[in-house]
Amino acid sequence: MTDLNHTEGILARYAGPTELLTAARRVAEAGYRKFDCHSPFPIHGMDEAMRLKRSPLGFMVGIAAFAGAGLAILLQGWASAIDYPLIISGKPFFSYQAFMPVTFGLAVLLGAFTAVFGMLALNRLPRFNHAVFHSERFSQVTRDAFFISIESSDLLFDMEKTPALLRETGALEVELLSEPPQD
Amino acid sequence: MSSIHQHEQQWIEGQPTFGGLTDQVSALVENKTPRGWYIALAVSSSLTVVLLALIGYLVTRGIGVWGNNIPVAWAWDIVNFVFWIGIGHAGTLISAILFLLRQQWRTSINRFAEAMTIFAVICALIFPSIHVGRIWFIYWLFPLPNQMSMWPNFRSPLLWDVFAVSTYFTVSLLFWYVGLVPDLATMRDRARTRLKKITLGILALGWRGGNRQWQHYEMAYLLLAGLSTPLVLSVHSVVSTDFATSVIPGWHTTIFPPYFVAGAIFSGFAMVTTLAIIVRQVFSLQNIITVRHLENMCKIMLVTGLMVGYAYGVEFFIAWYSGNIYERFTFLNRAFGPYAWAYWIMISCNVLVPQLFWFKKLRTSIPVMFIAALLINVGMWFERFVIIVSSLSRDFLPGAWGYYKPSWVDVGIFAGSFGLFFTLFLLFIRFLPIIAMSEVKGILPQAHAAVDPSAGEHHTRRS
Repeated sequence: MTDLNHTEGILARYAGPTELLTAARRVAEAGYRKFDCHSPFPIHGMDEAMRLKRSPLGFMVGIAAFAGAGLAILLQGWASAIDYPLIISGKPFFSYQAFMPVTFGLAVLLGAFTAVFGMLALNRLPRFNHAVFHSERFSQVTRDAFFISIESSDLLFDMEKTPALLRETGALEVELLSEPPQD
Repeated sequence: MSSIHQHEQQWIEGQPTFGGLTDQVSALVENKTPRGWYIALAVSSSLTVVLLALIGYLVTRGIGVWGNNIPVAWAWDIVNFVFWIGIGHAGTLISAILFLLRQQWRTSINRFAEAMTIFAVICALIFPSIHVGRIWFIYWLFPLPNQMSMWPNFRSPLLWDVFAVSTYFTVSLLFWYVGLVPDLATMRDRARTRLKKITLGILALGWRGGNRQWQHYEMAYLLLAGLSTPLVLSVHSVVSTDFATSVIPGWHTTIFPPYFVAGAIFSGFAMVTTLAIIVRQVFSLQNIITVRHLENMCKIMLVTGLMVGYAYGVEFFIAWYSGNIYERFTFLNRAFGPYAWAYWIMISCNVLVPQLFWFKKLRTSIPVMFIAALLINVGMWFERFVIIVSSLSRDFLPGAWGYYKPSWVDVGIFAGSFGLFFTLFLLFIRFLPIIAMSEVKGILPQAHAAVDPSAGEHHTRRS
């Protein structure tokens, strides 16, 4: 039998979205922090069930978009009014009205980059090794399977109580996650 | 939200299971390549070779190999640019605006509509790039420090275009890729060969489908939709300012930005409908892309077609009402001058054809909508031709008038751009899932967890 030192976590399969949501609420109530609920698609109400805080991505994107707009104004103003002033159809050198399309474009561009790369950073992706990938069954998660995984580094993790809790919440199968033996 | 879910309609027919749906969509990529695909790819890639060869010819010989002349210095190249970029708009409308409006039917068509956007923008970008003539100086468009100490003119709409279109392309690509990640993970988990496992494994970024990931993922998707919505409206507005800020009669009008945006969505939906009909027929996806999906697209074509028709009418009215003789002449010249044939093709295809969609029988008939969508594509190409060529060929002084005829190189490059578009599209449908599986699963009835009254109010989630 696997001992705690080699066990990286535990994986429990559930029948469907409703079962997963109910179990997630129980696991969160029990005080576990390092657990996750895996599903083929996002499930309504799961953030509350897992007691997750709201994603900070919106603020990050907001700041990036304003930074993009500011940079665009600086770039255009400096290029058109300071470094290379040219009289073009009598317009002022600093024609802020005419700078708006580029300003908007760069705001969106920086915002979009932040949305994507910020999301990846918050999700710690790309990451190609993870305890859940030790499970053969886990490959079904992108098809039609629903899992809860609890990492062994969680303070409450216990070789007896944790599997018992998962079984109690309706898990169909419970599996310990450890490095497969090398051939 | 829960009250909405109780009333929502089911968009996917045959009540598939999550697994069944995954199998159906993945099989399109995993099955043996059908022979028809090779034939289609042979045709489209041959046309792509024609495109590349003719671009090479153009670059070595100069813009003179085109039919462009003075006064018609903008011709097919810019017509094709506006045509392709307009087609792209439907993909973004489906992926972003319909997402914000919580239109669940978008999930069946958004993946290939977004792919269409990217490929159409690639085709569009070719034309202004080769039109600059000395393509080896194209980096002058970008604000790069250079040995001449010169900067681009930020007060010019042509430069706004560079920023608008390149931003549009980048954001569309990011949006598409983010949407693909969970489906790439599905493909990874189904992969049999080592090469596929590694390639798809890298592309899927190690996606685990955990809710801690979905949480940020959905926020990113929402933010991208929020950013893309004003972006898509701005791109064609900026394109229209290329014309509207000039003093050419027929171009110098404030109606251009909304008129161009409506036209872009109109033409884009015609292209999405064309592709959707072919794709669902060839791959037997009638249960996922249902007649109701197609009917909705026809309704959008009807609405945007009416907007375009209204814009044609207003243009004529303002030409008369402004009292400007050049403006008035330009519009009479469009309808009755040497390019009247193009004008009436435009009116018939863009104003008359969509009227068919008033009738439920016609907008639910596959052959009718297929032919109508093709005609709308033709009409929208002619709209840009009429705007650009008829205005330039006869502007102010009759002594400076001219007539434009395309050369064989114009025709070849335009045909070649279709080759490139379909080559990219064929590669896409062979190697990537053409239906957004994780999103379609999310709108199946069994995807909604039974509402627990103790859980309180749920956040609205991605649908």
